Amino acid sequence: MQSLTNRSRNVVNKKMNFWERIYLVAILKGMWTTLKHFVRVMFGKSHTVRYPEVKRPFAPVWRGWHVLKRDEKGAERCTACGLCAVACPAEAITMTAAEREKGEEHLYREEKYAAVYEINMLRCIFCGLCEEACPKEAIFLTDRIVPSDYARQGFVFGKDLLVEGVEPEKRIDVSVRQKHIQEKKWAAETAH
Amino acid sequence: MPKVKIDNFEIEVPEGTTILNAARQIGGDIVPPAMCYYSTLKGSGGKCRTCLVKVTKGSEKDPRPMPKLVASCQTTVMDGMEVANITSDEVLKARAGVVEFLLLNHPLDCPICDQAGECHLQDLAFEHGAENTRYEFERRTFEKIDIGPYIKLHMTRCILCYRCVYTAQQLTDGRVHGIIGRGDHAEISTFIEKAIDNDFSGNVIDVCPVGALTDRTFRFKSRVWFLNPMDAHRDCPTCSGKAVVWMYGKEIFRVTARKDKYGEVHDFICNTCRFEKKGANDWTIEGPRDIDRHSVISQNHYEGAVTVR
Repeated sequence: MQSLTNRSRNVVNKKMNFWERIYLVAILKGMWTTLKHFVRVMFGKSHTVRYPEVKRPFAPVWRGWHVLKRDEKGAERCTACGLCAVACPAEAITMTAAEREKGEEHLYREEKYAAVYEINMLRCIFCGLCEEACPKEAIFLTDRIVPSDYARQGFVFGKDLLVEGVEPEKRIDVSVRQKHIQEKKWAAETAH
Repeated sequence: MPKVKIDNFEIEVPEGTTILNAARQIGGDIVPPAMCYYSTLKGSGGKCRTCLVKVTKGSEKDPRPMPKLVASCQTTVMDGMEVANITSDEVLKARAGVVEFLLLNHPLDCPICDQAGECHLQDLAFEHGAENTRYEFERRTFEKIDIGPYIKLHMTRCILCYRCVYTAQQLTDGRVHGIIGRGDHAEISTFIEKAIDNDFSGNVIDVCPVGALTDRTFRFKSRVWFLNPMDAHRDCPTCSGKAVVWMYGKEIFRVTARKDKYGEVHDFICNTCRFEKKGANDWTIEGPRDIDRHSVISQNHYEGAVTVR
């Protein structure tokens, strides 16, 4: 059969000469590679990090644990429109909407809000389509890793684990990610 | 019978047929969109201007083109008439302008609105509208009004199509709501916010092309694309009892009348069927409703007879 690439080599049953037959050269070559790595690990920079103590920086577009953002005044942005849930390919998102009462304007930005908002982290594939679908810039994926566990229960994250805190120090910065998404949208628009 | 050519499709229709209805008999992409015309409501149409078409040839006897774009829901066909709808750039441009005007005061609160997903203005704006608005002034806003225990009026979303007024006039006796004010100040009102307590008043929800009149019993309960529309019927002494029940699992979230592919209801249903019969035993389920596969309602969770049109 004709090869699809030009990378294949024909096997040649060539007779080895004396130096190749004693293997000494090949062994020394291999030992030299090992020695180089040994020296680098002992005295130079290592390729691995000792994880829980040392953490590597994340790519700015890393997609991890979701956050439901609040606006500048501390009101929840999510209005339970359901677009994230309909965009979700894993069907991980469910929500129940409720109507905002009088006097709750500081809690919820729009007249409708998500009374229940749940993401099943075992179903979620962290594709980021919910973030792209959101018309209110409410949901974002962040560079936080969803903690692992031995039990399956507790992986359905409710609003207690998703909504960011009101206090400035508890806010989660997504500005890099927001900029990235905006650029993606502009690129899609100019492509039209 | 006059012969008319719409976007190069020829059809023979009875005398007195409007261009819009002739186009609907041909079907497909050449049917002009309509926001205010409603075939089952007498006198409707001629207000929203979305159905504008260009008459390139008046008739066999007088082949001059009509000087301006005409509203196809009001203009009757003539023998030998030639009409351009989507084949005319002028029409498409005018329609985009009409959409921009309809959206001038529209709040664009689709994420909140219960009509989202089955809203004609949403479809129209998606197909014909521009992405941005050029309007710089404050939008017209109104307080929300409860019309009786079942209907909510969001006047801010209204496009003044008059459909609900005709419904109230033609289906119910003793109409209590109408349009007051003129121009930019016009608004649907029940005068002193009087409750509509007629058996058929709920139909104003179905005829509303936008989310101005919505069902209070379904308010914020779910989104239409999470529900499964099923054809169902029941023995009703006041109406035909033929309806669509919107189900989530075994639960009925809301009941609407059956709409055809132009969003028009032919069998209006009564308020008892619409608002009070939501138990699983109230209805005999016939099967999944035929939903256009391009609709968001059939997008994700809808299983059943989804037809390719």
